[in-house]
Amino acid sequence: MPGLAGLFFCLIMNSELKNIKKLIVDKSLELDCGKIIKNFPVAYETYGTLNKNKDNAILAFHALTGDQFCTNINPITKREGWWKTAVGPEKAIDTNKYFVICANVIGGCMGSYGPKETNPATNKLFGTTFPVITIRDMVKAQKYLIDHLGIKKLLAIIGGSMGGMQVLQFAALYPDMSYSAIPIACSASHSAQNIALNELGRQAIMADPNWKKENASPDKGLAVARMAAHITYLSKKSLEEKFGRKLQDKESLKFSFDADFQIESYLRYQGSSFVDRFDANSYLYITRAMDYFDLEKQFKGKLSLAFKNTKSKFCVISFSSDWLYPTIENKEIVIALNTCGANVGFVEINSDKGHDSFLLDVPEFLKTVREFLNSTYNEIKK
Amino acid sequence: MKKEFEVISQIIKNNKRVLDVGCGDGTLMEYLKNNQQNDVRGLEPQKEFVQKCISKGLSVIEGDAEKELSQFQEKSFDYVVLSQTLQAFFNPEEVLNHLLRIGKQTIVSIPNFGYWKVRLHLLFKGTMPITKNLPNEWYNTPNLHMCTIKDFVNFCNKKNIKIDKSMCLTNEKISEITSKNMGSKNIFSQLGIFLIE
Repeated sequence: MPGLAGLFFCLIMNSELKNIKKLIVDKSLELDCGKIIKNFPVAYETYGTLNKNKDNAILAFHALTGDQFCTNINPITKREGWWKTAVGPEKAIDTNKYFVICANVIGGCMGSYGPKETNPATNKLFGTTFPVITIRDMVKAQKYLIDHLGIKKLLAIIGGSMGGMQVLQFAALYPDMSYSAIPIACSASHSAQNIALNELGRQAIMADPNWKKENASPDKGLAVARMAAHITYLSKKSLEEKFGRKLQDKESLKFSFDADFQIESYLRYQGSSFVDRFDANSYLYITRAMDYFDLEKQFKGKLSLAFKNTKSKFCVISFSSDWLYPTIENKEIVIALNTCGANVGFVEINSDKGHDSFLLDVPEFLKTVREFLNSTYNEIKK
Repeated sequence: MKKEFEVISQIIKNNKRVLDVGCGDGTLMEYLKNNQQNDVRGLEPQKEFVQKCISKGLSVIEGDAEKELSQFQEKSFDYVVLSQTLQAFFNPEEVLNHLLRIGKQTIVSIPNFGYWKVRLHLLFKGTMPITKNLPNEWYNTPNLHMCTIKDFVNFCNKKNIKIDKSMCLTNEKISEITSKNMGSKNIFSQLGIFLIE
C-alpha cells in the first residue's frame, strides 16, 4: 500500500514542519503576479553566531530543490544539508566566524509559503491554486527575514544556480544591503535552453495521472522530472568517468527495459529518492519562477542598470564544464557590472563535474569563496 | 616589488582609479591599493593568478585583453597599466587603442629589443636573442611583436598619441628619455616605460 505509506510519511513531515524556525511576515507583499499576500510564513535556519556589530551575517540562497537546511543533518529529511561542502565550522563559509542565514524560498516545500501549505481562506492545501511567484518575490520575502533579525547590512549574499539569480536580484533591489555578493553558476536571464528543460520537467509532472488527484502525489512524473534535470547538472565527461557503459549488477545485457546500465539505475535512484523529500507542485512553481527571471528586462533591456547603484563588491564564479549556466552567461553579468563601474572580480573554475560543481568538493572553488569572504571581512574590520 | 612597478606607482597619483591589464599575481595592484589608496581593478588571463588576486581581496576578472577590453567604458579609469605585455598580443595596435579609450592616461612598459645585448646576440650568434628580459626560445616565446624604445616612440608620433612621460630602466636605474638621448637609451636600456594619452 504505497499510497497509505506516503500519506503517513506526509503526516510525520507535517508535524515535524511545525518545529522548524518560521517567521510569519505580518506585512503585506505584492507579488509580481499582482496578488497581495499577508501573514505568510518564511521558514529559515541559521548557523553560527551573529556578532555584536551584526556585521558577520551571510545570506545563502538555495537552488531549485534546496531548502533552509544548508548544512548539518536536515531534521525533516534526515539527510545531509545541500551545501555541507561549503558551510560549517572551518569550512569555506566558516560558521565559527560568520552567521549564516538560509531561508526556504516562498513557493518551496519546507515550511515557507508554498503550494504545500494550507490556504487559510479555504482550509485546503494551496496546490495549483497557489499564485505564480517570481525570483523577485522570493528575494523580497527573505528581506523581511533579514530585517526581522535586525541586520542592517549583510557581509555577503551568496548562492549558486537559482541561488545565484537571487543574489543578483537582491543586489538589484537593495544596492546597499550587502558588502559583497557572490553569484555562482547562474544567469541574469533564463535561457531558452533552460526554459525548455524546465518545461520538460513540468510536463512530466503534469502527465502523471496522480497530479490532479486529491491525496495523491505525481511521484512518477516528479521522478522523471528529477532524472531529466539531474542529467543537466552533470557533464558528459563526469558521466563517462563515473558510469561509462558499465552494467548494473549483471554480466551481460538482459534484452529488456530494466536498468541494465549503471547510469539508468543511478538516475532511477535519484528520481525515486527525490519524491520523498520534494513536492511536485513546488517543483512547478519554482521552475516557473526561474523561467520568468529576466533581470535585463526588469531594467529596460540594460542589465548594467540593475547594478547602477550597487555598493557591493562582486565575485562572479562559473565552472568550465557547466553547460546549463555556461561561463558565457556568467560573463554577461561581469560585463554588466563592469559597464556601470561596479567592483567585480570573476573566475572560471576548472572542474569536469558540470553545473553541480558548486555543491561538490571542488577545492579551487571552495578556496576562492573562503578567501574572498575572508578578504571582505578583513576590509570591513579595518 | 620590482623596480618597474616602483616607477609605475610613482607615476600614479593617490586616490585614483586604476585598471591593471595583465595584472599577474596582483603585486602592483596590492601596492597601489594599500599605499596610495587607489581604486584598482585587474584583468588577467591566467586562472591561478586570478584566484591569487581574489584571495588577496583584489577585484580581478579572468579574461583575455584582446577580447575583454571592449566592455570597459570610455575614460572610466584615471590610469590603465599594461606592463610588458603589448608585444604578446596578436593585435597590439587595437589593444593600445582600447587602453587609450578606457584610461584618461595609459602607462605602457615594453622590453626594449634595441638593447645592446639583444643586438649583439643576433649580430654575432646569428640566432634569436635570449636575455634576462627575453628568456624564451623563438619557438615558445609569447612575444609576437617585439619593438624597440625608438619604435614605440615613432609609433606614438605616427598615431598622434601624446607622450606625457617617457622613462627607461638601465640596469635597474631609472632615467628620462629625451629626444637628445634617445639613441643611447635605445641601446643601453632594457625597458621603456611610457605615460601616454
